[in-house]
Amino acid sequence: MTEVSMTVNGKAVKADVPDNTLLVQYIREHLRLTGTHVGCDTSQCGACVVHVDGKAMKSCTMLAAAADGAEVTTIEGIADNDLHPMQTAFKENHGLQCGFCTPGMIMTATDMVKRYQADGLELTEDAIRHELEGNICRCTGYHNIVKAIADGASKMTSA
Amino acid sequence: MTEGIGARVLRKEDKRFLMGKGRYTDDIVEPNQAYAAFVRSPYAHAEVKSIDASAAEGMDGVVAVLNGEQLTGDGIGNIICGWAVTQKDGSGMNMGAWSALATNKVRYVGDAVAVVIADSIEQARNAAEAVEVDYKILPAVAQSVDALASGAPEIHENAPGNVVFDWEIGELAPTDAALEGAAHITEMEITNNRLAPNPMEPRSAIATFNAAEDHYTLYTTSQNPHVARLVLSAFYQVAPEHKLRVIAPDVGGGFGSKIYIYPEEITCLWASMKTNRSVKWTSDRTEAFLTDAHGRDHVSTAKIGFDKDHKIVGLKVNTKANLGAYMSLFSSAVPTYLYATLLSGQYNISNIYCDVQAVYTNTVPVDAYRGAGRPEACYLLERIMETAARELGVSPAELRRKNFVTSFPHETPVIMTYDSGDFATNQEQAMTAADFDGFEARRAEAASRGKLRGIGFSNYIEACGIAPSAAVGSLGAGVGLWESAEVRVNPVGTIEVLTGSHSHGQGHETTFTQVVAERFGLPTENIQIVHGDTDKVQFGMGTYGSRSGAVGMSAIFKALDKVEAKAKKIAAHVLEASEDDIVIEGGEVKVAGTDKTMGWHEVGLAAYTGHNLPEGMEPGLKETSFYDPTNFTFPAGCYICEVEVDPDTGVTDIIQFVASDDFGTIINPMIVEGQVHGGIAQGIGQAMLENVVYDDDAQQLSASYMDYAMPRADDLPNYSVHHASTECPGNPLGMKGCGEAGAIGSPPAVINAITDAIGNNDLSMPATPSKVWAALQAASAKQAAE
Ligand code: FES
Ligand code: FES
Repeated sequence: MTEVSMTVNGKAVKADVPDNTLLVQYIREHLRLTGTHVGCDTSQCGACVVHVDGKAMKSCTMLAAAADGAEVTTIEGIADNDLHPMQTAFKENHGLQCGFCTPGMIMTATDMVKRYQADGLELTEDAIRHELEGNICRCTGYHNIVKAIADGASKMTSA
Repeated sequence: MTEGIGARVLRKEDKRFLMGKGRYTDDIVEPNQAYAAFVRSPYAHAEVKSIDASAAEGMDGVVAVLNGEQLTGDGIGNIICGWAVTQKDGSGMNMGAWSALATNKVRYVGDAVAVVIADSIEQARNAAEAVEVDYKILPAVAQSVDALASGAPEIHENAPGNVVFDWEIGELAPTDAALEGAAHITEMEITNNRLAPNPMEPRSAIATFNAAEDHYTLYTTSQNPHVARLVLSAFYQVAPEHKLRVIAPDVGGGFGSKIYIYPEEITCLWASMKTNRSVKWTSDRTEAFLTDAHGRDHVSTAKIGFDKDHKIVGLKVNTKANLGAYMSLFSSAVPTYLYATLLSGQYNISNIYCDVQAVYTNTVPVDAYRGAGRPEACYLLERIMETAARELGVSPAELRRKNFVTSFPHETPVIMTYDSGDFATNQEQAMTAADFDGFEARRAEAASRGKLRGIGFSNYIEACGIAPSAAVGSLGAGVGLWESAEVRVNPVGTIEVLTGSHSHGQGHETTFTQVVAERFGLPTENIQIVHGDTDKVQFGMGTYGSRSGAVGMSAIFKALDKVEAKAKKIAAHVLEASEDDIVIEGGEVKVAGTDKTMGWHEVGLAAYTGHNLPEGMEPGLKETSFYDPTNFTFPAGCYICEVEVDPDTGVTDIIQFVASDDFGTIINPMIVEGQVHGGIAQGIGQAMLENVVYDDDAQQLSASYMDYAMPRADDLPNYSVHHASTECPGNPLGMKGCGEAGAIGSPPAVINAITDAIGNNDLSMPATPSKVWAALQAASAKQAAE
């Protein structure tokens, strides 16, 4: 067993967990934050993406112990109230159908926008498609996800 | 009316998904739940000599290790196929026994022989690995053609030669005669590659037996919870229907693969009774590849004949359909009534004959996957039409147009009666949107850069809105395929609609609401859609075959008719007017031509107070309808794909993908376009990326996302989606259905485009860069030799 303590969505949490507990298991099963999903076992699908110290990470590839002391944000903690501009953009552009990939998409998208904005780079459609390499959606064919992220990026700038 | 039929209403269900508050099966935790881990065969075909669970049973946290002998000993029945296909010779199909836990033989890699129930998932998995199974390995076979060869290993005793059934449709002799007299014949061998459906949410189940009530509750990832309950009860004898509640909460995509009742759900229910614990199982992705029903896997030969005016005179097809190791729930219907009945396509063809050999192999069971049979028919026909146009030296658009069905109703030789359509308009619209006339200039421009451009058509038609109960009953279906709805007006005037359809991404909470909003002029926020729980919803046949609009919404429509009629009676009584003069609009119930009116909510209240109702009327305002469709519906359209191939690498870029669809009435264009996008993505995936691969020992080599190429954002284009609708005469809303069209229509368009670009028609799906490159080399070698 290992003791892990971290901040999740602004709240300090602490627990004794088996050494091999993945961050995603800790989030889903111990903290009962079930918005973070598991869609694969080979680190390919991105359903599990959360932010660890401000960076998008696949929580299925990281031990909970490795996030000891970190600031973790999950889909449940992304907006202060109501919806984050990226969440609004997904809704307005019909960027989700079954919703299973959606939390991971939103966490990847907000990270992507922040990185491009920090680097002063233009987030083109090609760039968005390329950046989504680690996120699989089976429902939407990506058309509206790409549109939503572009729209979310401008909403985040003006917000 | 901004929220009624035809409006681009944003989805009501989005908020919970966006906030991470969706409630999927694996998110649910029952008090004191235990976890199931299955012991699965690593061999494709083997006798099970013995199972030794003694080590596993002694491990930490292990509650029980259960096997197939115990399961069958407790009277749990075999898994069945619900559609009885009759063979050419009049005999029934050869269905082999399928026990949820295999007893003396395993027939595919992943076939479960035992289950471990333990306090934690880790403990369950560790103990499952400690279960010792002694297998005697048998020779295995993965391909249908090999399974039919003499000397192939026999998979089920009662299916000699591994033939599940040998079935035919259409007339053989007239078709042969017509082809005999044809001026031109085109012949092809066509393979439809095997696919894994891959909804992003893996399957999951959590079963709870309540000994005090003798009652079971099952949360599961199902597209049709009532069908699951019916089958679990009537065939698998897990519990009688009134003692079994099935709930399919939020479900993360299905695409067909969550229609069926799998061994894992049956086992969890039974194990819950055995252990007196809630039992939970969630598939991981590898398990999903190994156990979720696969799709497609047809090998066909086809022959089409034309007269001297290029009119089709006949079509003859033989198909070998791989059904895998066992017959899944709808598996027999897919390569027969959902496939060969669509072989007439959009064309006037007087003579069609098709025979199908359905075959057992040592692979995962094959069943309906988005489109189910219709993509296989469309691919075959649209590939051979394009090929024929090339051989005849005529424009593929023109050859199709010349053969279009133009008057309706139209009876095909393969038992379908098309009710409506305007194929030429769809084709024209697609050609305009794709700037077809400018293509040769674009091809030349690409050539100047050393690139190869190609363009391909696909004119699909499909049958959905499944289906008239008596008709499918006469064809062997074990169930009726109607749908039910209950419309409950509350005393305050808000409305709940309980539907037997199930939404797992389709947006029913929004579109169904729009139909109600339209009827009474109510805001959509006053309407709630309830689905997915057998304790709440009266009954339902679920969502597949693009049936939720044409069948599910028609049931709602009919129930609304009854509610409207009763509301009018109440209002007429209260307002002292004639029923015929009552109109309901904008949330008001009015006497036409007067200022007499009551609010919708006042009618609701009057119905429930019962203080002032017409003589003899029962209180309340709640109506139910069971709607049985009168025919299939026939969505159709024209898809055009333009590609650019890099001859040095074989890499294909999709330059544009245009769709022009006829879906009949559209409730919400935003949602319909989304369905088309997703369908096209899956079709492009099939055409260029996806393939389930088995080796010679029937080991699945593509059982993870490292090996199975799922389409990603970078692989796909934006889609140019258009509609040209004709109303469907068969249902009250005029709807045809849109859920599968994209996946049905797109693969041939892609392959027709690539083969056009490379000048070699010999190319199979998925058209990976290495295959395209090899086909290009073969084409240039052939050219050099000529
Ligand atoms: S679950 Fe983490 S990448 Fe798939
Ligand atoms: S919305 Fe279903 S997987 Fe993306």
